[in-house]
Amino acid sequence: MSDPISRDDVAHVADLARLRLTDDELDHFTEQLAAVLEHARDVEALDVADVAPTAHPFELSNITRPDEVRPSLDRDEVLGQAPSTEAGQFRVPPVLGEAP
Amino acid sequence: MSPTSASTATAIAEAVRSGERSAREVVDEHLAAIEAREPELHAFNLVMADEARASADAIDRARAAGEQLGPLAGVPIALKDNLCTRGIPTTCSSRILEGWRPPYDATVVQRLAAAGAVAVGKTNLDEFAMGSSTENSAFGPTRNPHDTSRVPGGSSGGSAAAVAAGFAPLSLGSDTGGSIRQPAALCGVVGVKPTYGSVSRYGLVAFASSLDQIGPFATTVDDAALLLEVIAGHDPLDSTSIPQPAPSLRSELGRGVEGLRVGVIRELTGEGIAPDVARRVTAAADALAVAGAKVDEASVPAVAYGLSAYYLIAPAEASSNLARYDGVRYGLRVDASNSPEMMVASRTAGFGDEVKRRIMLGTYALSAGYYDAYYGKAQRVRTLIIRDFAAAYEDFDVLLSPTSPTTAFAFGDKTADPLTMYLNDICTIPSNLSGDPAVSVPYGVGDDGLPVGVQVLAPAMQEATMLRVAAALEASR
Repeated sequence: MSDPISRDDVAHVADLARLRLTDDELDHFTEQLAAVLEHARDVEALDVADVAPTAHPFELSNITRPDEVRPSLDRDEVLGQAPSTEAGQFRVPPVLGEAP
Repeated sequence: MSPTSASTATAIAEAVRSGERSAREVVDEHLAAIEAREPELHAFNLVMADEARASADAIDRARAAGEQLGPLAGVPIALKDNLCTRGIPTTCSSRILEGWRPPYDATVVQRLAAAGAVAVGKTNLDEFAMGSSTENSAFGPTRNPHDTSRVPGGSSGGSAAAVAAGFAPLSLGSDTGGSIRQPAALCGVVGVKPTYGSVSRYGLVAFASSLDQIGPFATTVDDAALLLEVIAGHDPLDSTSIPQPAPSLRSELGRGVEGLRVGVIRELTGEGIAPDVARRVTAAADALAVAGAKVDEASVPAVAYGLSAYYLIAPAEASSNLARYDGVRYGLRVDASNSPEMMVASRTAGFGDEVKRRIMLGTYALSAGYYDAYYGKAQRVRTLIIRDFAAAYEDFDVLLSPTSPTTAFAFGDKTADPLTMYLNDICTIPSNLSGDPAVSVPYGVGDDGLPVGVQVLAPAMQEATMLRVAAALEASR
């Protein structure tokens, strides 16, 4: 049985999920996530080692379509929805370090 | 609020095709109903009055030109605001997508247009379809047309309320853990979660991809069947779409239930179900027996683990699906000096609390050291649920349960503790995990006078039998 989720665990997953939490939010979310995971103990306790996992209700495999040229989304329409663009591309702040 | 026969989708389409009514007249009537009561209910994030009038005029012109009109000619329909509509804002009731105009239409939106339906607006939902009351909408909750101090259910609360209030005879919702059926029950309308893969998900903003399914709301079973016939069927743009044509449903509805084997699910009628709701399920079972069905108790033991399995699997898939909202290609961007900070700032400002909870829960369930204990276990439990349903369907053609454990609850009643809110979904979640279809049919009222929904469940692709039973229940009211 795993340990209850800790405040540090929540801070860690928030970081992984690119979310920033205030101290109050950390306390609050830790308590709420712990309650949900506590409920999940019933599943955690089941012995289902010999049961195969289901990822999808109806497994369809090798789904292909004819390799035909067809129109894609309109580039200007797509870029028109972006917060910032330049020369037909999405523009983002520097990926490393500070802006010049 | 009860539908008159002239206000059903089938009656409207027939009248428009025959020229007895114009599509414009029909849409103006519904826009007037929206104008009168929408300020009180907030079913919509966006009312598409101009677009709706233009589509209606186009249908009237097509008829005048002698063109063949589709099965939904001139029928107003409301669309859940997580269905992509080209050039028309699609928000998922989230700040992070506020103002976004999709560059394409969902497949269902295209099929509706081809069938002559007239989209009248985009309906409110719990943010990214995560919730059971619409209280998680970033733009404020929807109110239940039967009692505005109560929630309409969720997450497709706006779509359910729009049909219940007569804003449109039809609407579309999406159902990941009960998000069509539960609000249908609470608002006293019919709501169908079709078999997973029977309706294309292309253009449905993803929440939990192995569970999400689009489906109809209507005031009658016949109307729900009509809409499902239009939207179902294979779509090459959705790789999980079942490669079969849309089934014929309406022609089966009148066949009755003589000799059908109906099982009342023991595990979903006892503890945790309000007595007044449980009594309506018993009344429904009795009515089916009177109509000639063989009714007995059925057992699907693994559904007891459905809630836990669902609240590991759905957040896990959501945490992955919602990683795309990073302020780069669309939606909200909060400026920062570098890209990683921009992403954190955008996501932190753009998502509401419930979405953050589920993203974190899912990230945790998938993280190193916990994957096997949580996500892996939940996937195996999913197999157990599928097995138990398969065993039950050896003895029964359809199964019966409540849709929701209670009637519509008051605003704020369940927002303090997420788990209390999640318990709303215990009866609906199992069908999403198994992929099988289920429908909620209004069946009388509870002690508070508010609608109760009875759920009919069926094996995969058995919508025709399922809706036959629903139609028999409807006829027995």
